[in-house]
Amino acid sequence: MSEPKFNNSLVRWIDHRLPIFTFMHHEMHEYPTPKNLNYWWNFGSLAGIVLVIMIMSGIVLAMHYTAHVDHAFQSVERIMRDVNYGWLVRYIHANGASFFFIVVYIHIFRGLYYGSYKAPRELLWMLGVVILILMMATAFMGYVLPWGQMSFWGATVITNLFSAIPLVGESIVTLLWGGFSVDNPTLNRFYALHYLLPFVIVGVVVLHIVALHRFGSNNPLGIDVRGNQDTISFHPYYTVKDAFGLGVFLILLSAVVFFLPNSMGHPDNYIPANPMVTPAHIVPEWYFLPFYAILRAVPDKLFGVLAMFAAIGVLFILPWLDRSPVRSATFRPIYKIMFWVFLVDCVALTWLGAKPAEGIYVVLSRLCTAYYFFHFIILLPALSIFETPKSLPKSISKPVLDPDGGGGGMIAVPAAPREKA
Amino acid sequence: MADDNDGTTRRDFIHVASVTAGALGAACVAWPFIDQMNPAADTLALSSTEFDVSGVEEGMAVSIVWRGKPVFIRHRTKKEIQEASEVQLDDLPDPQADSDRTSRPEMLVLLGVCTHLGCVPLGQSATDPKGEWGGWFCPCHGSHYDTSGRIRKGPAPTNLAVPPYKYISDSVIKIG
Amino acid sequence: MVSAKVIRGFLFASVCFLVSNGAVKAAGGVPVPQQDWTFSGVFGTFDRGELQRGFQVYKEVCAGCHSLNYISFRNLTDLGFKEEEIKVIAKEYEVEDGPNNDGDMFTRTAIPSDTWPAPYPNDNAARAGNNGALPPDLSLMVDARVGGADYLYALLSGYHEAPEGQEVAEGMYYNAYYPGHQIAMPSPLVDDGVEYGDGTKATINQQARDVSAFLAWATEPNMEQRKRMGVKVLIFLIVMTGLFYVSKRRIWADVH
Repeated sequence: MSEPKFNNSLVRWIDHRLPIFTFMHHEMHEYPTPKNLNYWWNFGSLAGIVLVIMIMSGIVLAMHYTAHVDHAFQSVERIMRDVNYGWLVRYIHANGASFFFIVVYIHIFRGLYYGSYKAPRELLWMLGVVILILMMATAFMGYVLPWGQMSFWGATVITNLFSAIPLVGESIVTLLWGGFSVDNPTLNRFYALHYLLPFVIVGVVVLHIVALHRFGSNNPLGIDVRGNQDTISFHPYYTVKDAFGLGVFLILLSAVVFFLPNSMGHPDNYIPANPMVTPAHIVPEWYFLPFYAILRAVPDKLFGVLAMFAAIGVLFILPWLDRSPVRSATFRPIYKIMFWVFLVDCVALTWLGAKPAEGIYVVLSRLCTAYYFFHFIILLPALSIFETPKSLPKSISKPVLDPDGGGGGMIAVPAAPREKA
Repeated sequence: MADDNDGTTRRDFIHVASVTAGALGAACVAWPFIDQMNPAADTLALSSTEFDVSGVEEGMAVSIVWRGKPVFIRHRTKKEIQEASEVQLDDLPDPQADSDRTSRPEMLVLLGVCTHLGCVPLGQSATDPKGEWGGWFCPCHGSHYDTSGRIRKGPAPTNLAVPPYKYISDSVIKIG
Repeated sequence: MVSAKVIRGFLFASVCFLVSNGAVKAAGGVPVPQQDWTFSGVFGTFDRGELQRGFQVYKEVCAGCHSLNYISFRNLTDLGFKEEEIKVIAKEYEVEDGPNNDGDMFTRTAIPSDTWPAPYPNDNAARAGNNGALPPDLSLMVDARVGGADYLYALLSGYHEAPEGQEVAEGMYYNAYYPGHQIAMPSPLVDDGVEYGDGTKATINQQARDVSAFLAWATEPNMEQRKRMGVKVLIFLIVMTGLFYVSKRRIWADVH
């Protein structure tokens, strides 16, 4: 690890006293990254960029938004109609939220496929789950702010989840509302928290990156980096690759923002909130649908809520449920199949979450919910014991199996932390 | 991307083009994010106000709101007009003839914002201090304005501004 | 080859939400036939003549019961009206203003910066005047209804005799496209109910079409700006991303 040489004397002067440039050089420039990362590894940095886009557009919207039940809807319409480029900024923010979840869900499934949650990256994974939960809270509260029908009834239904808690449930709901129904105090506190939480997310993202840079990125082979021959510097290799990925992402985001801006929203949210009338079919935003399906699949109120939270909570203990020493699904023949089955299960739950809770949909929801937990609680621990992984390559630079190696590489060699910068 | 710190990557044309495109894109995105702070369409639409001055009697003054700021309309007495027009322009920090500041001498229309740091000067109501020249007095930092709204004493650099206005009928003025 | 996986990933994710969205759409109401609008599609623009006729239908028919709260007289410049014409239109309306110096509210003729005056002072008055049914505000109708302008057109031209066996309650009207088929609004349009200045024959279908287009504009007056900008942005982004891709290929050429 070389000490960087800076040509500019001002940079040298500052760096001597505050080694920010050395830090940036180590972590963003020279940072050794496995050279075999595929495009699925783009989604981490992409998620970071989307977070920045969301915060920037959100601050702009906050400059024009009024958090009051009598003015919120109107202030959003003023943004759409009168504020210069207000429509653009709001469409970026509204659709950006959906794209944020697409990116993060892909990022999570990437981690699941390649075993990125396994030692020594358990805390890195858990911090990621914390980010997901914070994102969900932020997105939910943000959706309430325009004060349309879906905002209002979404807020009512989700806050009522807490009434399932025995004994103190009702008091907690009253506390959340600041009244006896979702009303002005609720809107104001949601606005305050919607502004706060993204910055909390930034903080956790920083920890996520610190934890990542401790051992560096996992890679498609799931084996540890054996030396310099396995890595390349982050810049320019991954900066340019991430830039290209960002370009593709922006094309897709722009296509939706400019040509299908309301395709991911719900028409009912263009009707001002009316506490007296519930819309005929209330549906959460698409990114909540799998969890919503799990909630509805359980016939008991308390256990339904618990199941929904458990569906996210189980991700925290995933590193200890899957004990297989092999990370990448590439070398786990059964897990590889079960990964795709699990993905289909999640898509099915998303689809079922949007269906009315009646007839065949209820049965399917229950089956899919049961499978969701079966995958984590039973299948993964069992596979750790019974599955015979394929032989692992010796190193990233030598992906071809050593004929004499015979699977000796299966024994996981503890990864070495990066040398201290 | 166009960096060649280690001397192995060539700074060739395509990288320069890439970085340029990225920078250009970022610059273009910046504009909507800045322009959103400018007055919105509904704000601009309110930028003219009409007012019937026939109700303002001699010696009276009213304040009306234009673009969120007060506009002073003062129906001056003969004496006030005389005082305002007889001043030697050389005595004024910001020389301007009274006749250049009104379209009808008796009806003075001024932006009621002190040119020092934006306070609203006193002098509109009968009980207000009007300063040493009988016009307006700004309580924030002690600027004195005369009966034509010109600065006479104190830190304000220029006279009270005259907003753009015109008579659209015999008694109605349109400001803005 | 290089981005095939990414594209597949995005397609997959897109399918996820489109599937869930499609489900929402199918859940309410009756499927409506698609119309051919000048404003649909990537390059769609509003037909000014159509908008002006639709505005006339709104003004002479709908405005009796339905407000248009988010539209101001000044917005009519989008329809091709001149500022002087708008002042004349505004002068036809009285709006409440005040309080004046005596503390009283007063009425004055409207000016371009005023929002469109609502027919009723509040929701309760609107209900009282319409058999208990609230005529919704029309400024966001196209975004606030599944099917958008297609639905509005279908609804306005969808009043028929109720088919055999369909019960229609007292004070309700049969409509082929309204969810549940019973609507509190009587058919608002009649043939030649308005007289178009441009000589277009004012059939029910023509009026329904014009006013639906007008409401599409009212819902999103910035639509044309959005699409125009979108085309430019996409062209730029495709070029930029292409450059990034070539850069990426060059830089990665020496990695094996």
